[in-house]
Amino acid sequence: MMKQEHLLDINDLKVSFFTPAGEVKAVNGVTYTMDYGEVLGIVGESGSGKSVSAYTLTGLVDRPGRIVGGSVNFNGHQIEKLPEKEFRKIRGKEVSLIFQDPMTSLNPVFTIGNQLEEMLRLHTSKNRAQRRQRAIELLNLVGVNEPEKRLKQYPHEFSGGMRQRVMIAMALACEPKLLIADEPTTALDVTIQAQIMELMVDLKKKIGMSVMLITHDLGVVSDVCDRIAVMYAGKIVEIGTTDEIFYEPKHCYTNGLLRSIPKINETTHERLIPIEGTPVDLLNPPAGCPFAPRCESCMKICLRQMPEFIQHSETHKSACWLNQKALLEKQEGANGDE
Amino acid sequence: MGAYAIKRIGYALLTIFFISIITFTLMNLIPGGPFLSEKNIPPETVKALNVKYGLDKPLPQQYLNYMGKLITGDLGDSLKQKGRSADDIIFTAFPISAKLGGISILVAVILGVFMGSVSALNRGRFWDRLLMVVSTLGIAVPSFVMAAFLMLVFGVKLRWLPTMGLHSVTAFIMPCATLAFYPMSYITRLMRSGMLDALDQDYIRTAKSKGVGKSLLLFKHALRNAVLPVITYLGPMIAYTVTGSFVVETVFNIPGLGREFIQCITARDYPLVMSTTIFLAVLIVLMNLVVDLSYKLIDPRITLQ
Repeated sequence: MMKQEHLLDINDLKVSFFTPAGEVKAVNGVTYTMDYGEVLGIVGESGSGKSVSAYTLTGLVDRPGRIVGGSVNFNGHQIEKLPEKEFRKIRGKEVSLIFQDPMTSLNPVFTIGNQLEEMLRLHTSKNRAQRRQRAIELLNLVGVNEPEKRLKQYPHEFSGGMRQRVMIAMALACEPKLLIADEPTTALDVTIQAQIMELMVDLKKKIGMSVMLITHDLGVVSDVCDRIAVMYAGKIVEIGTTDEIFYEPKHCYTNGLLRSIPKINETTHERLIPIEGTPVDLLNPPAGCPFAPRCESCMKICLRQMPEFIQHSETHKSACWLNQKALLEKQEGANGDE
Repeated sequence: MGAYAIKRIGYALLTIFFISIITFTLMNLIPGGPFLSEKNIPPETVKALNVKYGLDKPLPQQYLNYMGKLITGDLGDSLKQKGRSADDIIFTAFPISAKLGGISILVAVILGVFMGSVSALNRGRFWDRLLMVVSTLGIAVPSFVMAAFLMLVFGVKLRWLPTMGLHSVTAFIMPCATLAFYPMSYITRLMRSGMLDALDQDYIRTAKSKGVGKSLLLFKHALRNAVLPVITYLGPMIAYTVTGSFVVETVFNIPGLGREFIQCITARDYPLVMSTTIFLAVLIVLMNLVVDLSYKLIDPRITLQ
């Protein structure tokens, strides 16, 4: 009913890795939706489960990892129940991925043309000449000069930025509904980063796809995302529009993240404010809010019980006891007035 | 490319030169000589023979004489096999060994690559464990034990296969199995680790995300990256195998080059020792060159210089 409106509907997704040391709950009850044409930023530090939650969409969660609960509905497919053969048809065609490190993400022993055209060979009925034609188009689209010549070259003959452009061209070859970009600019030079982001935004408009941008760079997110989900220890702690997250952050972790961004126009040479402590051990996640041990406003209840989400606006919600408390006080205040 | 070829040929000639010197020295350091046998030959006859074959001259002179003839393509005459020249002996025996060795290598490569891939894909599970046991056996068990075992089971007890010569197709089975077992096991192990390494790479993740199926993933994307160590091993291995194995040729009574090689040493058949050694050296140098060139074909990142 409601589900068909969203391109992607992830409901209470749980993904665990079964290691010799025990079950690592990498994604522990994540719920979010994405609409057609939307850019969603997923922000969090290393190990927060941001990549894993996206990888379930592309079947890249391998042994010892496994979906242990919840549902993923993507473009009418029930992903968690899909047999591998059907799943393969979706990957690359309806959802595609670009990765962090373009230096290692392309196979070194095949030409760029071979790898680009492989995508078309897998998902379209184009013949050899048409595939070549499309590959040239794609390289033009992502701004690679002399595409005819470049198609015959190998990845090691490309620079990092150029390889990422090739990765983008490959990802977009079949005009997917959703592009997942897993830290697409982290491994690149700053100037190249801006170019690549610009290219992605540009292509998003041209093709009309949705983009899931996984990153720990809030600067990148603020420029291009419609909405942002903040993840911590396998859970979403706050989700809202970009403005809501940046101007009215409700969760202590989001606050901490925003405080730790360096500000270029500040004249005082203040030190950056880091978030103290280390990320939580996912082998033994705490009973309460996972951020509580590092939170400066931690209360007793935070350590004991995971807070429920509070809806701040139609688009904005967060899971933090401070918000619950504020809400409660507000209600009491209102009651007191009566 | 031209400069590269010249450089390689230069190195090859240098290598062969050193090998010839070392072989010549060692050969002459071994006590005894070609004409000392159980039969009592009069000393005058021995002396006459030595003079006839130039063995009375100082060693450096002997070496130069041999090398001088070698350059003109004359490998010298056998001292023990009457009326036969070294190249006649080598080129009669070599095709037999080469045929045997060639089949063995083919079997070893095909099975090794396949078994290694299966092993890597099933890491830690039953097939992996089983194949690792088999390949450990293959590396640990000496070929004469293997040959004797096969002969006992299939030749003597079951009487399925002939135990000597190469007179029928079935006669190839046991010698080839014996010859192939070690390289097959070695390739299995190389392939397994290469495959595990390749399957862990980012480009495999990319291929998976493109919707590439399992077999294409394995045999296109991973195999070509995983096979390089096997190619490295293959060069010298081919050279050794096609020149024959003394053990296998002796056990199965096959008139190949491997047996000839050992026999000429025990007989102090100096020209034959020199010629077979240099023949083997040339073959190894050549195979290494082929390997280096095929690297370039398999991995475009490699530049030859």
